[in-house]
Amino acid sequence: MDEKFDAIVVGAGPSGNSAAYLLAKAGLKVLQIERGEYPGSKNVQGAILYSDALERVIPDFREDAPLERHIVEQQMWVLDDESYVGNTYRSAEFNKEPYNRYTIIRAQFDKWFSKKVQDAGALLICETTVSDLLMDGNRVIGIQVDREGGAVYADIVILADGVNSLLAKKAGFHPELDPKDVALAVKEIHFLPQETVQERFNIGEDEGVVIEMVGKITQGMMGTGFLYTNKESITIGVGCMLSDFKKQKTTPYALLEQMKTHPAIKPIIAGGEMKEYTAHLIPEGGYKAIPKICGDGWLMVGDAAMFVNAVHREGSNLAMTSGRLAAETVIALKEAGKEMTAANLALYREKLDDSFLMKDLKKYKNMPEILHSNPQFFTTYPELVNRAAHSMLTVDGVDKKSKEREIRGNFVGKRSLFGLMGDAFKLWRAFE
Amino acid sequence: MHIVVCIKQVPDSAQIRVHPVTNTIMRQGVPAIVNPYDLYSLEEALRIKDQYGGRVTVLSMGPPQAETALRKAISFGADDAILVTDRAFAGSDTLATSYALASAIRQIEKDIPVDMVFAGKQTIDGDTAQVGPGIAKRLDMLLLTYVSKIRDIDLENKTITVERRAEGGVQVLKTKLPCLVTVLEGTNEMRFATMTNMFRAARHPLKVWDKEKAGIEDVTKIGLKGSPTIVSKVFAPTPKSVRAEIIDTESNQPKDLAVTLLAKLFTKKPDLAKDIAKNAS
Amino acid sequence: MSQDTEQRKPARKKVELDPKLAAYKGVWVFVEHERGHVHPVSWELMGEGRKLADKLGVELAGIVMGAPGEETRQFCSEAIRFGADLCYLMEDVILKDYRNEPFTKGLTDLVNTYQPEILLIGATTLGRDLAGSVATTLKTGLTADCTELAIDLENRSLAATRPTFGGSLLCTIVTLNYRPQMATVRPRVMAMASYDDTRTGRTIEHPLGMIEDMIITKVLEYIPDNLQGKPQLAFADIIVSGGRGLKKPENFQLIWDLAKVLGAEVGATRPVVQAGWVEADRQVGQSGKTVRPKLYIAAGISGAIQHRVGMEDSDVIIAINSDPNAPIFDFATYGIVGNAMVILPALTEAFRQHLSTVKLAG
Ligand SMILES: Cc1cc2nc3c(=O)[nH]c(=O)nc-3n(C[C@H](O)[C@H](O)[C@H](O)COP(=O)(O)OP(=O)(O)OC[C@H]3O[C@@H](n4cnc5c(N)ncnc54)[C@H](O)[C@@H]3O)c2cc1C
Ligand SMILES: Cc1cc2nc3c(=O)[nH]c(=O)nc-3n(C[C@H](O)[C@H](O)[C@H](O)COP(=O)(O)OP(=O)(O)OC[C@H]3O[C@@H](n4cnc5c(N)ncnc54)[C@H](O)[C@@H]3O)c2cc1C
Ligand SMILES: Nc1ncnc2c1ncn2[C@@H]1O[C@H](COP(=O)(O)O)[C@@H](O)[C@H]1O
Repeated sequence: MDEKFDAIVVGAGPSGNSAAYLLAKAGLKVLQIERGEYPGSKNVQGAILYSDALERVIPDFREDAPLERHIVEQQMWVLDDESYVGNTYRSAEFNKEPYNRYTIIRAQFDKWFSKKVQDAGALLICETTVSDLLMDGNRVIGIQVDREGGAVYADIVILADGVNSLLAKKAGFHPELDPKDVALAVKEIHFLPQETVQERFNIGEDEGVVIEMVGKITQGMMGTGFLYTNKESITIGVGCMLSDFKKQKTTPYALLEQMKTHPAIKPIIAGGEMKEYTAHLIPEGGYKAIPKICGDGWLMVGDAAMFVNAVHREGSNLAMTSGRLAAETVIALKEAGKEMTAANLALYREKLDDSFLMKDLKKYKNMPEILHSNPQFFTTYPELVNRAAHSMLTVDGVDKKSKEREIRGNFVGKRSLFGLMGDAFKLWRAFE
Repeated sequence: MHIVVCIKQVPDSAQIRVHPVTNTIMRQGVPAIVNPYDLYSLEEALRIKDQYGGRVTVLSMGPPQAETALRKAISFGADDAILVTDRAFAGSDTLATSYALASAIRQIEKDIPVDMVFAGKQTIDGDTAQVGPGIAKRLDMLLLTYVSKIRDIDLENKTITVERRAEGGVQVLKTKLPCLVTVLEGTNEMRFATMTNMFRAARHPLKVWDKEKAGIEDVTKIGLKGSPTIVSKVFAPTPKSVRAEIIDTESNQPKDLAVTLLAKLFTKKPDLAKDIAKNAS
Repeated sequence: MSQDTEQRKPARKKVELDPKLAAYKGVWVFVEHERGHVHPVSWELMGEGRKLADKLGVELAGIVMGAPGEETRQFCSEAIRFGADLCYLMEDVILKDYRNEPFTKGLTDLVNTYQPEILLIGATTLGRDLAGSVATTLKTGLTADCTELAIDLENRSLAATRPTFGGSLLCTIVTLNYRPQMATVRPRVMAMASYDDTRTGRTIEHPLGMIEDMIITKVLEYIPDNLQGKPQLAFADIIVSGGRGLKKPENFQLIWDLAKVLGAEVGATRPVVQAGWVEADRQVGQSGKTVRPKLYIAAGISGAIQHRVGMEDSDVIIAINSDPNAPIFDFATYGIVGNAMVILPALTEAFRQHLSTVKLAG
């Protein structure tokens, strides 16, 4: 008995769920395959959820989605070995509904999302890995799973199988990932009683804080650390480029262990019980690393298509947006009675180009290279900034003017004035 | 051959955490799984079906989410699934649970007579190993617990021969059908579901029974009312107050540490030296 | 035992017991035996039962069911020497081997006739099979796999404590409005009763009242376990155990070396067993064996609660761990903070030397 569907979605992460949800809601016969034991069981994310992208898929998501805390405060830390210099932005605006950002726990969030997808009528099959795409010449006509009797057919296959999409690679849509285009992130969740979390961050019942960190914690590698508050736990993690890990010969685990001993971080997680430890890749190659994203009978969405904005730590929203646009494309073609050919599916690319997704990725397209070739952003500068702060804040009889002179001297000593200006310019250009 | 397999959905106890302040169980994010011991029973039942033909019906009592466990059983090859769910069952202990399940099995029997019932050796949350025997007694069925092998089933004479784990050995027992069997862990290995069965599981119309449909006649026998045992206290194990005496020497060389330790040990427990000498010889 | 500990309301205090139930008096211990041996858990229970009976001011009885003969009667007098005041004896050829049907009927009859308020059974394969059946037949409460028993004098009730949720918590369970109050108790968690061969007591005989034809289940064969070379952890005097801290299966040899010198059994934690370094029979802990040796040496073991519950009643615990904050130091007797790979050989050598001097001294 051969099963045939209008659409098969591979993967039940945010991108796959968005696509499957909208397709099923539009009345298409949808099959979704997920290799994890349940949606979310294998997924890793910080995790910050950006409301806007989800709202466009499920407008009333706030009614029942498992949201941990809405973000009222964002901190940015620049760390050296002993200290950090930070800035904090907290606003009462963030406490007005509808909230813009939330912390979530992906295992729960993905499960919730998936329930919506199934209620919309899609058929979900878990614990099943898609091992191959079935081809008719150049056209994708279905999938092969790792189970007896595992050929299933569809008009369109949507690859939402995340970073390092093995399927795309197998089918030749996608070259091998370049280690300098992917970050490896590790993350732990530390359980702490709700009251403790609130006390430590001076926040109310549902309020949350995000701390982003750069500096010595990444031991000179290109990357960042992060710390988020959940309802009764704290998420802490760090991610660096895979190529840097290879060069540095250190492991992400060791990095995180080291980071947890930092005098500014240790007390925040003190007394917590570690609930889970996970590691995951993040495609951070940006605009230039985007592969071919559609062809005859297939579309690619989310991390699989490298849709991550590393500078702003956005991924799931790009995943949901691309999932939505893919679904809209397929629905439009169906309604027009058109075939799922590469030419017709180019509509998907148009929709992406029109959206914030491609616009943002384009804006930062040079960022990865600049950071790569300027390791001082992660080592020298954090150290100098911290030293400067220390010097200014230590009352020791030295006048402030001399201190300033010394600080400037330090900066120039480590890097020529020309270099400093060059760095600033490069950063400015990348952000432009 | 019609076999009913009782399965329970349980929180994965490996992932359960206790709130350090309130000492309550934190279930948040703890995945629910099919009680691992029940899978041995299910697989054994499926093998009997493969060999002798017939049907396997899975039965679970629990909250609506237990549906997932039943679907999983279908993906392995069970033919039908019944979820018994009703607020009235909340707080049931093993006596009440076995009453409810036995009653549901009687309802199942109204359609097709039941030849065998399988239950897990025990659950990983309740951990009592009582529900299986309880169901057997309530249904007046013969009981075979801790079965490590089903040697033979004689369909004509309705007899079954099994190996049963006893404390110091294995009993080979022969009895008559219908009977209730609980299966020892490690007896078999669960099969890998086929894609056809995965589709069947995803689409299977589950039967959901409330207490009336499950044929509960006496509501005082279920839920809290029907449970003789009462949990009076849940608490965290108290840590022993005395910490270990840490052996410390000036040099802290392994050899010195070992010698110092032995001196202390044998001063405190002079008899131990003799015990060791006796054992070692 | 509750299926869902969380949902249960706390016990109400002070319950007027139905007068019919108030007539139930005395503490019973089921004496389990197979192939001529009493399971030690029965004598452990006898010690515990004695305390409960004294607290309640009632008699303690042993229940012996078996084939007629010297051996069965011998178990009766042993029960008394281990602390029982009296023994109920049920002799019948049908009871030669354990079978659920006759044992359930026999024990149920005894309970209905002589009405004990507490009935304790070992949490063995036999005990759990029997207890579950008898409790359901009697429609009374049964608490499984207990690790602690006490009397709540206010209600004259048995407060039975057992691990729950994978051992992370304990719960205490009472059976207020039903009699008898039944519990199965895990082997090796309670100390063996002391043996007093001067003790005497009454024996009350009661017939089973069945004939073989009434019993459907037949024992075709009994295949005793081949114990040769099988680990006997539960009754070892000395155990050397290794955990994941040993890092590699090869390093586990250090555990065997020390065990050899001490004539000890080798134990392990669950991760070690799961990694296949040693056979499953050697796992100590909640889902393995409960042990209470005179000396337990734990190397590279963190002391997680699930391991701890299986060994914390050991007389002396020596812990070797590189992490000074490892939980095992919270309850060990002696601790060495250091690398097990160097401490173990040193310890082996020290014991070897000590033993040779002991031997020389005769
Ligand atoms: C540590 C970390 C922190 C992050 N923090 C944030 C954040 O705070 N905010 C944010 O917006 N983004 C964040 N991201 C990025 C975000 O997680 C991803 O961009 C997002 O999850 C991508 O969604 P997706 O659906 O494309 O892929 P995924 O979520 O990876 O989903 C892919 C799914 O496909 C399944 N799958 C894969 N292969 C197969 C196969 N062959 N057959 C069947 N199923 C398959 C997988 O099991 C998985 O469920 C973070 C990422 C990491 C690693
Ligand atoms: C339902 C359930 C049942 C369980 N049942 C059991 C059970 O029956 N038995 C059991 O043991 N576990 C059981 N567990 C598992 C238990 O929770 C722990 O995971 C386990 O006991 C840990 O084993 P470990 O101490 O070997 O490993 P770890 O916890 O990894 O500890 C290793 C220790 O070695 C130390 N170490 C590292 N290097 C060295 C060195 N060079 N020298 C000295 N020390 C070193 C470390 O500091 C650490 O303390 C169960 C868990 C669950 C959820
Ligand atoms: N709620 C339930 N629904 C279905 N089967 C159950 C339920 N509770 C217990 N069982 C069965 O009884 C066995 C023993 O459970 P327990 O007595 O809780 O250890 C389990 O392995 C299941 O097969």
